[in-house]
Amino acid sequence: MTTTTHMSPGAPTGADLDRLRVRAYELRVSMLDMAAGKGEGYVAQGLGMADCLAALYFFEMRHDPQNPSWAQRDRFLLSTGHYSIAMYALLARAGYLDLAELPTYGLNGSRLPMSTFDDLPGIEIVGGSLGQGLGQAVGMAIGLRLDGQGSRVFCEVSDGELQEGSTWEALMSGATFNCDNLVALFDCNGVQADGAIHVQLEPVADKIAAFGWDTVEINGNDLVALTDALVNARQADGRPKAIVMRTQPGSGIPTLERRERAHFVRISDDEWQVCRQELEAGRPEVRND
Amino acid sequence: MTSEQLIAGQTRGMGELIEIAGKTTELAPFGRELAALGRERSDIVALTADMGRYSDILAFRDEHPDRFFNVGMAEQNLIAVSAGLAKTGKIAYCTTYSVFVSRRAYDFVAIAGAHSMANVKIFAGMPGLMNGYGATHQATEDLNMMRGIADLTIIDPCDATELKQVVRAVADIPGTVYVRLLRGNVSVELDPVTYQFTVGKAAVLRPGGSVGIISTGYMTARALDAAAHVAPQGVDVGVLHVPTIKPFDTAGVLAFAAQYDRVIVAENHKTTGGLATLVIEAMFDAGVIRPVERIGLADSFFECGSQEYLEARYGVDLPRFVRAILQEA
Ligand SMILES: Cc1ncc(C[n+]2csc(CCOP(=O)(O)OP(=O)(O)O)c2C)c(N)n1
Repeated sequence: MTTTTHMSPGAPTGADLDRLRVRAYELRVSMLDMAAGKGEGYVAQGLGMADCLAALYFFEMRHDPQNPSWAQRDRFLLSTGHYSIAMYALLARAGYLDLAELPTYGLNGSRLPMSTFDDLPGIEIVGGSLGQGLGQAVGMAIGLRLDGQGSRVFCEVSDGELQEGSTWEALMSGATFNCDNLVALFDCNGVQADGAIHVQLEPVADKIAAFGWDTVEINGNDLVALTDALVNARQADGRPKAIVMRTQPGSGIPTLERRERAHFVRISDDEWQVCRQELEAGRPEVRND
Repeated sequence: MTSEQLIAGQTRGMGELIEIAGKTTELAPFGRELAALGRERSDIVALTADMGRYSDILAFRDEHPDRFFNVGMAEQNLIAVSAGLAKTGKIAYCTTYSVFVSRRAYDFVAIAGAHSMANVKIFAGMPGLMNGYGATHQATEDLNMMRGIADLTIIDPCDATELKQVVRAVADIPGTVYVRLLRGNVSVELDPVTYQFTVGKAAVLRPGGSVGIISTGYMTARALDAAAHVAPQGVDVGVLHVPTIKPFDTAGVLAFAAQYDRVIVAENHKTTGGLATLVIEAMFDAGVIRPVERIGLADSFFECGSQEYLEARYGVDLPRFVRAILQEA
């Protein structure tokens, strides 16, 4: 597997962009395989996060799958532990895990449980108790700054986690301690356990900006917007960076995009075939340039 | 195990509740009883922290939408808002997973709830090993934590019959109450005609026998199953059910324990800090000295898996009970 340890000067274009799209597509294929094997799961959220993870691990982050504990790596914290399906797909496609292990997702005794634990190479924090990621990211950002090796911290946070007071406490700390090596990626997919988000959360981007974060709001399923935002977030200007991503649960598979109960998807055997066909129909081409 | 073995074995995944084959069950007894109580009393309000679907409380929302409030995934706020409602004379029933009540909202339960004598009735979902999502979701020390709070009542019901009685009883218990919630398809172990839950009282469900099991929560169902299992071998087992962890029925426990040469204590909780600790303290203080065997969980963080898998792996399944009764290693 290739190692991504670069920080390219600008956002990808042309064939580079196409190749990134293929990466995101491959993540989706793996996630669908995992969910289909089990018949259910948090696949809708995972599909929504595919583009973000592809942009991070195959474009922006400094990391080495052969050396997951490399001290100078950039850190990615998946705060929303039940998005594990996306993370396992990523870790396998990036070379941290054997692809053959993915079908054990969620099974008794598996190393790939439905909620993430930090004993798996490539997973930085124990996920599952929501609202604990961003504060740890702030601590890591400060710690890595003290180390002076230029490592950065990327932290995914869900819109459900924006309802926990702890997330706002962490936002306060990130700005207080000038964590400009920290990028928080808010996955605003509009759903939570009981259904569509009904609590008054908006305007999310304005609120985060008011907490002192350099904030942009983008379509989280648009790789051009994602990579642009990541490039802009490199500025060492004393401010932590926030990317508010509007993501589509089930992104890439229209049948799942239409699902009302997107938090925990159950799909019948015949529907998986439809899902697969829909996903394959959207397989990106790589242009010659 | 290798990936191939795991996949070939088709071991079931987490979140699946244990098979209760052969048992009568009731669907969503908590939510239905609360909805019924809401019909009788206009001072009942209900809240959740994005765990409505997973705590059966939506039956109340469907009947009384004006008195139902989902505060979002914000457990500290859930307890604070409930306490505020209580201060205006309401009886606030609220739900989330037990792990997020005990670990995340502890200070709020102590101060806004118990210390304020606020009428907050917390129904804490999927306690102990009932949640398959691993340590982050498994409240295996909640009884220990909660019993550290003064003026808090703690109840761990055994089945649907008792849970429904508890829904009604807690409305009249002053102050904050922590109830371990059983949700979904809940087995019926106790006869609703003859069984009567009384707060602070243990109940002898099987008298006599050569060994006595003292248990709480759904482990009492397991104790009864184990007693029935060994009966054909001529082994007679007594069972004392202790639904109220606080205030603790010291007299009831001592009277029961004193009858036996040997006592087994069983709980869906760590073997330290919960029922076993309370029983042993009570016995030691009173000089009722007997060997006690504890069935429960180790002081550890546990992995993910189906309930059946976890119970066998961590030693609270039926075979474990049978071994304890028969004194097999
Ligand atoms: C602190 C905490 N409270 C409650 C839960 C239970 N829970 C699991 S997922 C979830 C919904 C959270 O919303 P979001 O993270 O936006 O999830 P999505 O529906 O997008 O997967 C809840 C409440 C939890 N895991 N952690």
